[in-house]
Order: sequence, then structure tokens, then C-alpha cells
Amino acid sequence: MITYDFLQKYWWLVMSLLGGLLVFLMFVQGGQSMLNSLSKKEDEKRLLINALGRKWEYTFTTLVTFGGAFFASFPLFYSTSFGGAYWAWMILLFCFVLQAISYEYQSKPGNIFGAKTYRAFLFLNGVLGTFLLGVVVASFFTGSEFTIGKGNIAGMGTSGFTISQWQNPLHGLELLANVRNLCLGLAVLFLARTLASLFFVNRLDHEVLEKRSRKFTLYNGIPFVVFFLIFLIWTLLAEGYAVNPDTGQVYMEKMKYLHNFIDMPVILIFFVLGVLAVLYGTFNTVFNPGFKKGIWFAGAGTIVTVTMLLLVAGYNNTAYYPSSIDLQSSLTLQNSSSSYFTLSVMAVVSLLVPFVIGYIFYAWRSLEKKKLNLNDLESDGHAY
Amino acid sequence: MDLLSISTVNWSRAQFALTAGYHWIFVPITLGLGLIMAIMETMYVRTGDIKWKNVTKFWQKIFSINFVIGVATGIILEFQFGTNWSNYSWFVGDIFGAPLAIEGIVAFFLEATFISVMLFGWNRVSKRMHLASTWLVFLGATLSAFWILVANAWMQYPVGMEFNPDTVRNEMVDFWSVVVSPVAVNKFLHAVFSGWAIGAGLVAGVAAWYLLKRRHHDFALKSMKVGAIVGLLAFVMLAVTGDGSAHEVSQKQPMKLAAMEGLYKGKEGAGLVAIGMLNPAKQAYDDEINPYIFKLEIPKLLSFLGYRNLNAFVPGVKDIIDGGYTLQDGATALSFEERKARGEMAIQALADYQTAKAEEKEAIAAGDRDKATAASEAAANHETILKENYAHFGYGYLETGTDLIPNLPLTFYSFHLMVIIGLYSILFFAILLYFVYKKELHNTKWLLYIALWSIPLPFIAGQAGWAVAEVGRQPWTIQDILPVQIAASAVSAGNIAATFVIFTVLFTGMLIAEATIMVKQIKKGPDPIAGEEA
Ligand code: HDD
Ligand code: HEM
Ligand code: HEM
Repeated sequence: MITYDFLQKYWWLVMSLLGGLLVFLMFVQGGQSMLNSLSKKEDEKRLLINALGRKWEYTFTTLVTFGGAFFASFPLFYSTSFGGAYWAWMILLFCFVLQAISYEYQSKPGNIFGAKTYRAFLFLNGVLGTFLLGVVVASFFTGSEFTIGKGNIAGMGTSGFTISQWQNPLHGLELLANVRNLCLGLAVLFLARTLASLFFVNRLDHEVLEKRSRKFTLYNGIPFVVFFLIFLIWTLLAEGYAVNPDTGQVYMEKMKYLHNFIDMPVILIFFVLGVLAVLYGTFNTVFNPGFKKGIWFAGAGTIVTVTMLLLVAGYNNTAYYPSSIDLQSSLTLQNSSSSYFTLSVMAVVSLLVPFVIGYIFYAWRSLEKKKLNLNDLESDGHAY
Repeated sequence: MDLLSISTVNWSRAQFALTAGYHWIFVPITLGLGLIMAIMETMYVRTGDIKWKNVTKFWQKIFSINFVIGVATGIILEFQFGTNWSNYSWFVGDIFGAPLAIEGIVAFFLEATFISVMLFGWNRVSKRMHLASTWLVFLGATLSAFWILVANAWMQYPVGMEFNPDTVRNEMVDFWSVVVSPVAVNKFLHAVFSGWAIGAGLVAGVAAWYLLKRRHHDFALKSMKVGAIVGLLAFVMLAVTGDGSAHEVSQKQPMKLAAMEGLYKGKEGAGLVAIGMLNPAKQAYDDEINPYIFKLEIPKLLSFLGYRNLNAFVPGVKDIIDGGYTLQDGATALSFEERKARGEMAIQALADYQTAKAEEKEAIAAGDRDKATAASEAAANHETILKENYAHFGYGYLETGTDLIPNLPLTFYSFHLMVIIGLYSILFFAILLYFVYKKELHNTKWLLYIALWSIPLPFIAGQAGWAVAEVGRQPWTIQDILPVQIAASAVSAGNIAATFVIFTVLFTGMLIAEATIMVKQIKKGPDPIAGEEA
């Protein structure tokens, strides 16, 4: 018999995995943030844009699916976080809207605003999209200022009928005042840029760009490691939001996230392996000029690391979306998930995912049998 | 009860309507052109005629220019349920989230993946594989329409759920009744055919323009042929499925039907207004002023449309508020006041239930067995009251009967505009197809001009259709259960007004860019084929 508890954990695993995939695919954003610094000439720029432009849909669709799956599996997160951290999410969405049109329009005649503008949009999306996502995810560990009153909708509250209410008038922008949040934001930004550099090394048939990309791997890999380590060590040592499994009471526990790693050694092992893979992929690319497979290591490593980090935020009786001003309002896997029925329906749907990944893999391979160079832009039939 | 600030609610509505309205300019083009270019490419693969490939490529270019704005507006729509309708997401997320997630998993990825093969794969995959990719893009778009319309239909006709007073939300108990509800199926078919209609209108109009300019003759004829066939089929099917939709509306949302027809006082054997003009002097639903300045009626058709019976009674606005008439199942309709009283009972019972449950928990913690038992029994009683009255839950938040009436003129005119455009278009596409087959198009300048100037009509009908569906269901976000005032997030109006302005500027800028790029591409025409004159 599949228990409710199992389904909740299963869905948290799925969400964590989607989160990991999303962060990996944000190499597209990372690449957008360095279009100008990495390329000097117009044809180089076009090559970069086209290499990334053939992938942006995947990142975008993963983001959309991430949202939809979160809605279906943990609807209370959807209503609490999106309706509360309104500005953080709106700015994030806003720059994704800009991205969606920019590839297709920047080189088309009659685009009104000019290629420069669209490329500035891509830059904006590259920087804000990654950074803000990191900041919001950090709040899974640092907490946010919201309250939840289920009775509100029946008129029992004093401040209106809305069940989840954000108590900070900045509606999400206040997350930027927390240094730990900023560290993860910057870490994600530089990780995305590192991954983009690795992607270019692997994909492009262009000597100058490849060489420069190797250098950029170093320039971005180092700040990534620094910011990530600050966030990680700080979080391991900080107090965390623990849940009493019998009563559902939330309380503060010293070094909660460190305990989680220790209590769940499998997650710890995967986490360490993931980090090592990222470091190997990155630094071997920097120091070994013949090595082109860095993106595979760092990419897989990113997916695993992020997935494990998110698991640590939710498993082992932890409140994954904590409220720092009212502990008992914090969201846990138990109190915020969909019903047993819905989770099991969705579990059946999730069996389609390997099939989806299969055809994505097929399509990706069939378009990439050969590296991308400037001639392809003319002969492939569609260019940005 | 003024619960959420009215301006928060109104700004949220405006923002949702803005985003959805823009979405619905581009999405139907995706649906329609998706089909049309897949047909064209099939012709290419079957005949091996390079000219068909050229036609396909041209329309694919137009397709991808549109596609990206559909994507850009779609992501905002999806997240808006959380950002702007937080209470809604809480209250029904258990049901509503599922189709959105399924849409992402089964539809969006299909579309996104094979679009890249379609655009970049001409030389990288085999001919058959490429054709399959184009069809898969179309399938992905259509599946995405299906799941989102399942979600939307469920709000209009909530089925397959049960209210859980502990979690204070509606929980899904029957997946398939949500997915194949008759409202969902009708909406899906109607909306998808409207996409085909819009795409076909565009293709036919552009082809007509080339013919008028005497450019790309062969290209234009090929486009015209596919466009005209798809168009005629789509518009005929729109009339059929539209009738199905209206039938569902009269069963499930009688107030919407009354608004569509401007019917204040119900009657037996009601006629369908073919054209009419509402009387702005009418102030209240129960005054004696004639609601029409004039109307042209098709006798008994409304009764037939709604109930498949020429003499059936169709309730008007006043009947629905006052109650007392006989429903289809033989029961007597409740008045607004009665439903409101029951709704208030249900809401109170929910509050009492919550209180009793809290007492029970306290008593258990304090070790007071008797008190705990008493509280638990009280909770069970409240739950029974809640269940008995839950069908009227949302009425408890409303104040007067007038709150039940949607914006009647908007619903009325939108409905009639849509139907008139639909009927006109059947005629138009039938004539067009006739001349295509007689191969006399080049002699019929008048018809070509009509085709060109008719491009906007299906777009207008599509927007009008959504206005009927969405404005006509107000004040309900979930029919009878959750009025719009209770659904919004607790975000002050100023914030939402700001994002509204940002989105307006952004979407409008995008629309203008899109339109000029498209016009440029059309003026440029298809790429020349090596060795052929253009
Ligand atoms: C999946 C659900 C869904 C879908 C497919 C649509 N809508 Fe919608 N719409 C809503 C879900 C919704 C909603 C969230 O439920 C709203 C907000 C508040 C409400 O009562 O309904 C709404 C409100 C709303 C309003 C405001 C009505 C009023 O305030 O009187 C308009 C004009 C539209 N929508 C228009 C559209 C258009 C043009 C759509 C075509 C794409 C569309 N909607 C698709
Ligand atoms: C509230 C309602 C809606 C939401 C939340 C929504 C959501 C979305 C999202 C997030 C995307 C982008 C997907 C991507 O990344 O590729 C999208 C695109 C799309 N949507 Fe919607 N949508 C809504 C209404 C509709 C309706 C009513 C239809 C059709 C009947 C529809 C059909 C499509 C199609 C075909 C696409 C893909 C390509 C394109 O945008 O042209 N959507 N939608
Ligand atoms: C020819 C006769 C037509 C009839 C009788 C008809 C009927 C209807 C009805 C009753 C609705 C409301 C459904 C609801 O509220 O649930 C509707 C909605 C709609 N209509 Fe039509 N319609 C017709 C033609 C058209 C045409 C020509 C278009 C566009 C090209 C169109 C596009 C739409 C759209 C997009 C919707 C909203 C989606 C939906 O609710 O299905 N319709 N139509």
C-alpha cells in the first residue's frame, strides 16, 4: 500500500529534481549574461546567440512545468509564496517574458526596437533570472514573513479573507536584505555563467571563442565556489526549522541542516559527489586544453547537488518553506501537499516523465550530431 | 461584505483579462497555423513538389514569430493564479493544479522540443522525421489547449470534488469526471476550432493579398486552397460546437445564458435574439422597462438550444434571483435570498467546525477526555451542516441579488458579435472554396478584397467568445462556490496596478513589434526557389 507520507516525499523528490534540472538549464541565462564580454565581433555574437537560442525553450518550459507541478503537488506553497513574495516572482517572470521574444526578434527586419535592445533584454534575463531564483530558493532555508490562517476564509480573521498573508509590505523584495540569500543568488548566477562557458567549449566549432570560454570558466568558477561555500557553511551551522513529527509543531533547532545531512548519509554522499563533479568539470576544462566534456560533468553534478540540497530542505522533519515570524505557519511536506488522491493521480502522470526525457534526448542528439559553426547559421534554415 | 479591497480585486481581474486577452491573440494562430503548415508539409512529402516545401517554410516562419509571444504571455497566466489569486489557489489548488501540471509535462515539452527539430532540422533529420516533428508541434499545441480548457471548464462547472473542512479546500475525488466533463469537451472543441478558423482566415487573407498584387501566384494559390478548406471546416464546426456550448451553459450557468440573450423575464418557448439592441434606460433587473430598443427574434430557438425542447421554460435574470420556477429535474428553484442564507450557514458552520476542532486539540493536550469528546461531537455536527449547505457556499459572501448579474450588455453584444461573425464566415468560406475549385480566383477581385479585410474578424470573434465565457460567469470564479472577491491575494491595489501597467506596456510593445515583423515578412514573401521566378 502506498502511503500518503510516501507520496509526499515522492513529490518532493520530483520537485527537487525539477529544481535541479532548472538550475542546470539556466546555463542559457548564464550565457546571455556574457554575450558582450565573451564575444568581440558581431559574427561571434551571432554564433553565441544561436547556440543558446536553440536551447532556451527547454529552460523556459522547465520553469513553466516546475510551476505547474508545484501547484499540483504543494498548492499551499503556490498560494503562499507567489501571492506573498509578489514582487520577487513578478520581476522574475517579467524578465522571462523579455527572453521569450528576444531570440526570435532580435535579428528580424522590422523589429522596431533594434537588436541592441533585445540583447539587453537577454542580458537582463541572464542576470536577474538566475540571481533572483537563487535568492528565493535561499528563503527555503532562511525563512520568510508570512502568516497562515485557515479560518480567514470563514470570516474568523481580522485582516480579511485571504488565507496566506505576507506581512512585509515589500512583498518579496525584503529577501534581498538577507546576506545569506544574496550569497545563494550570486552563487547561482556565477554557476550559470560557468556552465555556459563549459557549454560553449563543448558546442562551438570556433577556436577563438573556445579559448576565451575556457578562461571564462575560471573567472566565473571561482566566485561561484566562494559564494556557494559561504552559503553552504553558514546554512549548515545556522539554526533550522524542524518539525515535531507527532504534533506537527515547528521549532528552531541548532544546526538543523547539518543534522539532516548526517541523518541521511545517502543524500550526503550524492551531494558530495555532485559537488566534486562540478569542480572536476570546471577545473579540468580550465587546465586541460584538450578536454571538452566539462559540461557533462558539471551539468550532471549541478542537477545532483541542487536536488540533494532541496531534499535536505524538506526531508527529515524539516519545514521547507518556513515562516520566520510565525513558526507554526511554516509549510511542511505534510501540511501543504495535495490530497492523497491528487498526489496519486499525479504520481501516475509522473511516469510519463522518462518518456518525455527520452524524446528530448533524442531531439537534442539529432540536432547536435555536429558542432555548431558560422556556416550552419545559413544552412540550417532558421537563424536568430 | 467588503472583504478584500475592491480595487485589489478589480486590478487583479484587469491584469488577468489583459494577459489572457493577449494570450488569445497568438495562441489561436499557433493552433491554426500548426495544422495548416502540417498539412502543407504532408503535401510536400507526398508529392515531392519542392514548391510545397517552400510554402511550408514560409508559414513556419510566421508561426514562430507568433509562437514566442504566446509563450511569453502564457507563463504570466500560469503564475498569476498564485500571485494574484492566492486564495483561489489555496481553495481549489488540489484540483486545478493537476491539469496545469499535466499540460506542462505532456504538452509544452512536446511542443517546445519538436519546434526546435522543425525549425533547425531541415538538413539534420530525415524528411519523414521532419514531417513527424511538425505534426507533433501541432499535437503539442492542441494538447495544451485541451488541458488548460479542462482547468477552465472545471471553474465553470465544478465536478469530481469534495470539500475538506480540515484543510479548508476542495479536494479531488474523481479525476475522470474533471477531465471528460461535457463542459470541458465542448470548450476544447470550440476553442480549438476557433484557432483553426483564425489561422485559416489569416492564411486566406494573406494569399488574397498576393493574388491582388500579382505576386507569388503559385504560392498564393496553394496557401489559399489549404486555408479555404480548413476555414470552411472550422467555421462549420464552430457553429456545431458553439451550439453544444450554449446547451451546456443553459444547463449549468443559467444566469450566463440570460445575460447572453438579455433575457430578464423568463418564458416558455423563448426565442433566440438574432440581432438586437439593449435599452440603456433599463436600470434594475426588476423594473418594468423593456430591455430592448429593438430585437429580431427567431421563435422558440432559445428553448430548443437550451433544453432541446421547443416549449421549455428558459429562466431570465429576474427568475433566477427570485426563484420559484420549476427546474429541469422537477425541483423548485431557490431564490437568491434563500441561497444566501444557506451559504451563510455553511460559512458559519466552517468557522464553528474550526473552533470546535481547536478546542478538541486543546482538550486532548490537557488530558480532558470528556471535553474532547464533546468538542469532537460538536465538530461533527457543524460538518454535517456545512456539507448540507455547501452547494450554496459562495452565496454567503454576496449581498444582494444584483451581485449575481454579470455585465449584461458586454455579454450580450459579445455573444451576438461572435455568432454573426461565425455565420458570415461560413458563407464567405463556402464562396471562397467554390471559386478556388472553379480556378477563377484571379477574376474575382471583390472576393479577394473581402478575404483580405476579413482577417481581423475571426480574431474579434475569438476575443468576444472569451468575454462571453468569462464575463458572463461573474461574480463566480468557481461557479456557486467562490466569488471573485474572495479569490484574490492579499496584495494592495497599488502593487497590482503597477504590474498591470508594466504588463500593458510590455505586451503592447511586443504586439507592435510582432505585427511589424510579420508585415515585413509577408511583404518580403516566400524565399525564392532556385531556378524559379518568384
Ligand atoms: C484556466 C482558466 C482560465 C482561462 C483558460 C481563461 N481565463 Fe479568464 N479568468 C480566469 C480563468 C481563465 C479566472 C482566474 O478565473 C478569472 C479571474 C477572476 C475570475 O472570476 O475569473 C478570469 C477572468 C477573466 C476576465 C475578467 C472578467 C471580469 O472581470 O468580468 C476576462 C475578460 C477574461 N478572464 C478573459 C479571458 C480570455 C480572453 C481568455 C482566453 C485566453 C481567458 N480569460 C482564459
Ligand atoms: C489561464 C489560462 C492559461 C494559462 C495559465 C496558460 C499557460 C501557458 C503557458 C505557461 C504557456 C507557455 C508554454 C511554453 O513554455 O511553451 C502557454 C502557451 C500556450 N498556450 Fe496557454 N495558457 C492559458 C490559456 C490557454 C488557452 C485557453 C489555450 C487554447 C485553447 C492555450 C493554448 C496554448 C498554446 C497552444 C501554447 C503554446 C504555444 C503558443 O503560445 O503559441 N492557452 N500557455
Ligand atoms: C457560429 C456560431 C457560434 C456559436 C453558437 C458560439 C457559441 C459560443 C458559446 C455559447 C460560448 C460560451 C461558452 C461558455 O461560456 O462556456 C462560446 C465561447 C467561445 N467562442 Fe463561440 N460560438 C460561435 C462562433 C464562434 C467563432 C466564429 C469563434 C472564433 C473564431 C468563436 C470563439 C469562441 C471562443 C474562443 C470562446 C471561449 C471558449 C469557450 O468557452 O469555449 N465562436 N461560443
